[in-house]
Amino acid sequence: MAKSAKEWAPNLFEIAKMPDYIASGHRMCAGCVAPIIVKLALRALPNPENTVIVNATGCLEVATTIFPYTAWRRPWIHNAFENAAATASGVEAAFKVLKRKGIWKDELPTVLVFGGDGGTFDIGLQSLSGAVERGHKFIYILYDNEAYMNTGIQRSGGTPQYAATTTSPAGKVIPGKLEWKKPIGYIIASHLNAYVATANPYYWMDFMKKVRKAAEYNGPAFIHAISPCDRGWRFDPSISMEVARLATDTCLHPLWEFDPETREYRVTDRSLYLAKNPDKIVPIEEYLRRQGRFAHLFRPKKREDLIKQIQDRVMKEWHYLLKLAGLE
Amino acid sequence: MSPAEQIDILLNGDEAAAWAAKHCNVDVVAAYPITPQTIIVERFSEFVANGEVDCEFIAVESEHSALSACVGAAAAGARTFTATAANGLNLMHEILYIASSLRLPIVMAIANRAVSGPINIHCDHTDAIGSAFLASWIMFFCENAQEVYDTIIQAYKIAEDPRILLPVMVCFDGFLISHTAERIKVFKDDKVVYDFLGGPRKVAKINLMGKEVELSLNPKNPVPVTFGPLDLFDYYFEHKRQQVEAMENAYKVIAEVHEQYAELSGRRYGDGFLVPYKTEDAEIIAVVMGSTAGTMRYIVDEMREEGIKIGVLRVRTYRPFPYEKLAKYLSKAKVVGVFDRAQDAGLVGGPLFIETRASLYDLPERPIVVNYVYGLGGRDMTPELIRQAFDELVDIAKGKIKPFRRKYIGVRE
Repeated sequence: MAKSAKEWAPNLFEIAKMPDYIASGHRMCAGCVAPIIVKLALRALPNPENTVIVNATGCLEVATTIFPYTAWRRPWIHNAFENAAATASGVEAAFKVLKRKGIWKDELPTVLVFGGDGGTFDIGLQSLSGAVERGHKFIYILYDNEAYMNTGIQRSGGTPQYAATTTSPAGKVIPGKLEWKKPIGYIIASHLNAYVATANPYYWMDFMKKVRKAAEYNGPAFIHAISPCDRGWRFDPSISMEVARLATDTCLHPLWEFDPETREYRVTDRSLYLAKNPDKIVPIEEYLRRQGRFAHLFRPKKREDLIKQIQDRVMKEWHYLLKLAGLE
Repeated sequence: MSPAEQIDILLNGDEAAAWAAKHCNVDVVAAYPITPQTIIVERFSEFVANGEVDCEFIAVESEHSALSACVGAAAAGARTFTATAANGLNLMHEILYIASSLRLPIVMAIANRAVSGPINIHCDHTDAIGSAFLASWIMFFCENAQEVYDTIIQAYKIAEDPRILLPVMVCFDGFLISHTAERIKVFKDDKVVYDFLGGPRKVAKINLMGKEVELSLNPKNPVPVTFGPLDLFDYYFEHKRQQVEAMENAYKVIAEVHEQYAELSGRRYGDGFLVPYKTEDAEIIAVVMGSTAGTMRYIVDEMREEGIKIGVLRVRTYRPFPYEKLAKYLSKAKVVGVFDRAQDAGLVGGPLFIETRASLYDLPERPIVVNYVYGLGGRDMTPELIRQAFDELVDIAKGKIKPFRRKYIGVRE
């Protein structure tokens, strides 16, 4: 990875003065973390003015562009649900050839994609894999709110185990979604040509550094950012960032990056601290009990068995990551 | 003006499409292989590999992504091309509507092929008609490789016209045209075509919040453009109405471009919409699309020698459907036989029949209109079968047999 990328870190005073490229007045829910992810990402780019944004169908797309209004102060395109990465391929290819032909005279714009978990883990996985394999230079930011929130909280491949959604309800027999979350970061990293990272907007410094690295990497980049959803996860909108923090502090959503040049997995920021100080890892129960989607694990009677099962799996995945990163 | 210098070259329909795209100096091609279209992207990728055209060729992982990438590229301001057939077109179906609603001048070649299932690779028109019937794409059906080359060049000029800004589909019969080598004429100097199109794509300008901006993803625009917003009951209808307006404008623009191109090439295809053959005094007229028209002309000649007043009218422009012109051509006929190479289960008749018959409704005196469905899945439409159908039309005109609504020919019943 480029040396300058390693050295760059956001300056709080400078980024506070930068314009918001997503305007206020959009209709994302109070407490939604997705616009925070957008704001941080755009502020981390070397030249945010020279950006083209591609958005998969989802909450972010719908709630920011209700015609005749738009919240986007940069060129922006929404095509469909499953094809954000394919659309980005076309945008990137177009600027490349137009520059070669002298029609586009400036630097190539950054192609920045936002997709939710439905558009990334599920319906858009094929087009994302294709675009990564072809090596287009674009940054794909997955804002993962762990279900189809835009259509009313249906289960996706990104929904965590035992979460209740409207298509994986907690019933008398079945306690929510039975399957573990798809390891999307590893899947994209396995293409071996992309800069891949996980991120958490609560750990904003780490997130912004990763966006900058992604921008400076000459190829595809994929950042999986956790995006708590107060409506779907059932918590008070005032604690969104606290819930985000716990996702990482419990090691459920650890922070790491994959360097395609050295093939190294690196654990970063808070997660690196937790790797060195395992006694500071927060028990998963702290995360679960704050969210209504896991209420059936606590009421009418506490399901110690299921909570333990989740805890064990979290630690299994955590140690798998530490091994990948050479920390164990 | 005498036509520009051209050379004779042996190309099949697919190759003719690739040559046309090269001569149009397309910027981005995103495509996925599917028989019988594949030769187009094979030839084109050879042009790219040999540096004969400066183009980003995106070998995508599906047809859905092919058209999706074209949407991104066209929105970024590139001249964009793709090609597909049958199931590939059906996989693109969702994006067909998005491409036209975003008003992107993408050109797509279709080597018409029967749609699965059962799986089949041979010609019929169900793919294009079924997938794009309501998709607000301008659609041409060509008769031979020469027309494929000529029509793709015209297609860019039509699509990029600010009065239009709609995508264009150039269809031609799978194998019968796509894989049949013909001697065709291509312009000796690519620059002739490039100049005809006005050089590189000129992105349309719009007024946005009091500023003139390119209708593109140009980050230099004084006001950035949001493409593909959520459009609810308060505006969606108006946007769809604007597409209708653009399609109405296409009647004028297609005719203009057809004439301009005729001057450049020395070739014309009827009036650009309909290609008549001996229809002027004809009592019996066959209406058809694609390569079958040629075989029909052969039978028309045979029957004309026998003194039978018969002609054939080929529909070249399927969208916008030239209903007024069609009605004029058919108004004096006694019997019209409409030949559909597309599936029609549960419909009044084949799609071409339905629209032909509807076009005639306002005439004070209407001809008898009957429908033949033929050639599904590449079933051969032989001169004998055509003669048999034409004889039947003669018998209907003479009152020897009762008119029917629809028949299937060349099929085991």
